[in-house]
Parts: sequence; C-alpha cells; structure tokens
Amino acid sequence: MVEFRMPSLGADMEAGTLVEWLVKPGDWVKRGDVVAVVETQKGAIEIETFQAGQIEKILVDLKSKVPVGTPLAHIRTELEEKPSVAPAPPTLAPPVAPVVAPPARAPVAAPTLPPVARGAVARAAASPAARRLAEEHGVDLSTITGSGPAGAITYADVERRLGEAPAAAPPERKRALWLDLAAMRMAIAAAMARSKREIPHYYLEHQVDVTHCEHWLAKKNATLPPDNRLLIGALALKAVASAARRFPAFNGFYRDNKFEPAQAVHVGVAIAIRGGGLAAPALHDADQLSLDELMSRLRDLVQRTRAGRIRSSEISDPTITVSSLGDRGVEALYGIIYPPQVAIVGFGKVVARPWIVDGAIGPRSVATITLSGDHRATDGHAGALFLAEIGKLLQEPEKL
Amino acid sequence: MNSAEIRKVVQEELNNIAPEADLANVNPAADLREAIDIDSMDFLNFIIAIHHRLGIDIPEIDYPKLVTLDGAIAYIDAKLGSSRTQS
Repeated sequence: MVEFRMPSLGADMEAGTLVEWLVKPGDWVKRGDVVAVVETQKGAIEIETFQAGQIEKILVDLKSKVPVGTPLAHIRTELEEKPSVAPAPPTLAPPVAPVVAPPARAPVAAPTLPPVARGAVARAAASPAARRLAEEHGVDLSTITGSGPAGAITYADVERRLGEAPAAAPPERKRALWLDLAAMRMAIAAAMARSKREIPHYYLEHQVDVTHCEHWLAKKNATLPPDNRLLIGALALKAVASAARRFPAFNGFYRDNKFEPAQAVHVGVAIAIRGGGLAAPALHDADQLSLDELMSRLRDLVQRTRAGRIRSSEISDPTITVSSLGDRGVEALYGIIYPPQVAIVGFGKVVARPWIVDGAIGPRSVATITLSGDHRATDGHAGALFLAEIGKLLQEPEKL
Repeated sequence: MNSAEIRKVVQEELNNIAPEADLANVNPAADLREAIDIDSMDFLNFIIAIHHRLGIDIPEIDYPKLVTLDGAIAYIDAKLGSSRTQS
C-alpha cells in the first residue's frame, strides 16, 4: 500500500484544497492517470498518480485544505495485488515488500512518462475538462462526436452541445469557473518577482529566415484536414526541444546554488488566458515527439490550460520555456525566466523583410528569436550557439 | 442554410473560443484576430469547428478570406452554395 499525497506544485505552495476526486475506492489506476483535482494559487490542477494500483481508501474529504505532503488516499499497488490470485484475506501481510511512497514532490527528472490513454473502462475518449463540464451539465458524452485528437471529445465539443440549448449561457458562465485570474496573477507576480530578484538574466536575439518553414508547412497542410494541420509554433517548439537536447546546459533547474541538467526535455509553453492570465505548462518529452504528435498534444494542452485544467506534472516539471506572442503580436520579446529553470526562448511574429540570399536581395519571411539565459548557469557564448542551433534546425523543417 | 443562419453558426463557434466577445457589436469588416483577440491556435480551432459542423473544406490558402465576420459568412455561403449546385 502506498500513500498518494498532496504534491508540491512549486516552491511557494504550502497547501492545496481538494476540490474533486476522479476515482473512488476500488477503482484501478495507471501511472499518469488523473485521480484528483486540487485548487492552488495557480488554479485548479489535475493531480496524477505515479503509482499504479487499486484505490483502497480516500483519506481527505472534498473542500479540505491540507498541507503539502498530506496523504490523500491509499493505493494498493499491483505488486501487492498480483501474487494473490485467489482473494487473500485482508489481514495477510503483503507477500512483496511494499513499494515506498513517492516523495511528495512530483519527480522532476522521472524517466519519461509513457503517454497513458485515459479511461481504461469503456467510455468515450474525452479530455478531463470536457468530462467535468459534461458532468456538471448532465450531458451524456457518448452522444457527442469528438473533434479532438483521435476523435477525443474536447471541452469545446461539450460547450458546443451546451450552446445548442436555445438560451445561450451568459458569458460569465461559459468561462471556466475554476480559473481564478486574480490568484493566477498573484502566482505570476510571485514567480516573476523571484526571477528578477534572483536570476541574473542575459539576453540575446537572432533573426532567422523561416521562409522554408512557411513553404513546407503550406505544402504539407494543403493535403491535410484542418484537425491535422500544423502551426508554425509547433515547428518552433520542436526546434527548441531538439536544440535543448543538444545543449543540456539550458535544460534543467538551478537549485541550491547549482545547476542540475534535466534528463528529459519538457518544454513549458507560455499560454495566454483570456481576461489576462498566463500559464506555462509542460509539453512532455517534446524532443521525442513527431511534429504531428507534438501539434496534437499542443492543441490539447492549450485547450485544457485555457479551460483551467492543467495536470500536476505539467505544472511542476517544465525544463525550459518557450514564449511566442503570435502572428499579430510584436517582432521580439524578452522573456523572464521561470524559476528554477535557466532559459526561456521567445519567438516574435514572422515578418516579410528584404533579405540577402546567395548574394541577391529578395523578400523573405523572418522571425526574431530571443534567448533569456541565467548567467549563473551559462554565458552568452553558449547562449549564442544554442540560439544559432535553433535557427539552423528551422532551415530544415522536414527533418524536425 | 441562409446567410443569417450561417452568421449564427459563425458567431456561436467564435463565442466558444471567445466567450466574452459581443459579436453583435463587432465591426463585421474588422480583422477578428484583433477585434476579439484570437491567436493562430484559436483561429485553427474555429476552422476545425466550422469544418466539422458544416462539412465544408477550408484549405489553409483560403484562411485570409475568413478573418472578418463578413468574409467568413460570405466564404461559407459560397462554399455551401457550390456544394448545393453540385448535388
């Protein structure tokens, strides 16, 4: 039996309020399954289990605010369960030494979490946010056709169904109720103030010709249905992830006066939230994903984040962050590093510029890419090589 | 489907993305990306939603035609019209 505990989702988190259980005693869970939703300063976070097994007992009631590390539930692990083919008397000591409870902090450098398909029981594939919205409004998910990756039902699909009701809900009701923008603003303020206080930033910028990316994308997307089309942002994320793999000094955490490189590349994606919010949850193992896979995960991540449903591992383990102000924003942005990370890469909008290619001037699409680096971990020289690598990778989008 | 019905569908889908936007008062000729603050991911989701709801193909090369409310309605109307004449 192991204890499933209230995780720490950041150095500033002391307690969390349990707002939803997604499992009940007797349910089986897999590693990576979302088992509960916890309200924190960063908003409602979906808490995943790092232990597979059967939920034995729920220890904390809904709406309880408990300190980080408090046991929330008991999970009987598979190791204990498997040997007892015949139902063993409950008093029998487990035949195998029980697995040690995981540390309260979600393991940051945990070996890559395999993508776990949610919902082992027969039920429609749906994002947790969609499921919750459907439950709140009594909508039967099996009656909805999903438009998400692999036909999964998305939050928007459920909203659409709700929108089909004659009287449209007032705007306030449509916004995810669990997104507390004021609390989010405080969390941003705390993290950014700490960053500016503690991290000696240096800034570099690099202009990159992304004409090839645009041509390649246009050609690829022309043959694809909208659901499978790629955005240039997906290429940018993949390029940063691949470059971070080759330049490990920019991928990891600065803690206890030293830099610890991370084993995995979990790219934090800065996502703007309507009404004035910002979150940068992780796109896990971005360097290992194909562009198609990365794009579909990105769409899911953006949708869930904007619906106020981020998972615990996504909030706690980005190893580097990418920020992009989009196609109608500004030409360059200089990011503030999200501690304890040591780098943030910024993408400005793509603009048409006169450019010299092979000795002749011609119109090209150009993006300004910036790096904010932590001078305690790296110097501008290494930063320049890292930034140049991102630019080079974007010259060959077909290889990303 | 007449153009008033198309307008309703377009507005509903945009409201799914931007719940607080008052589309009845948005300048129908304004660039939606600025008028209601939607990004490229939002716009892609809008295209996907229209594609699934109305069954029309919207190639990426046509995106610029859909960036205003009036443009989107006219584009969809034309697409639905051409499929009506074909069938």
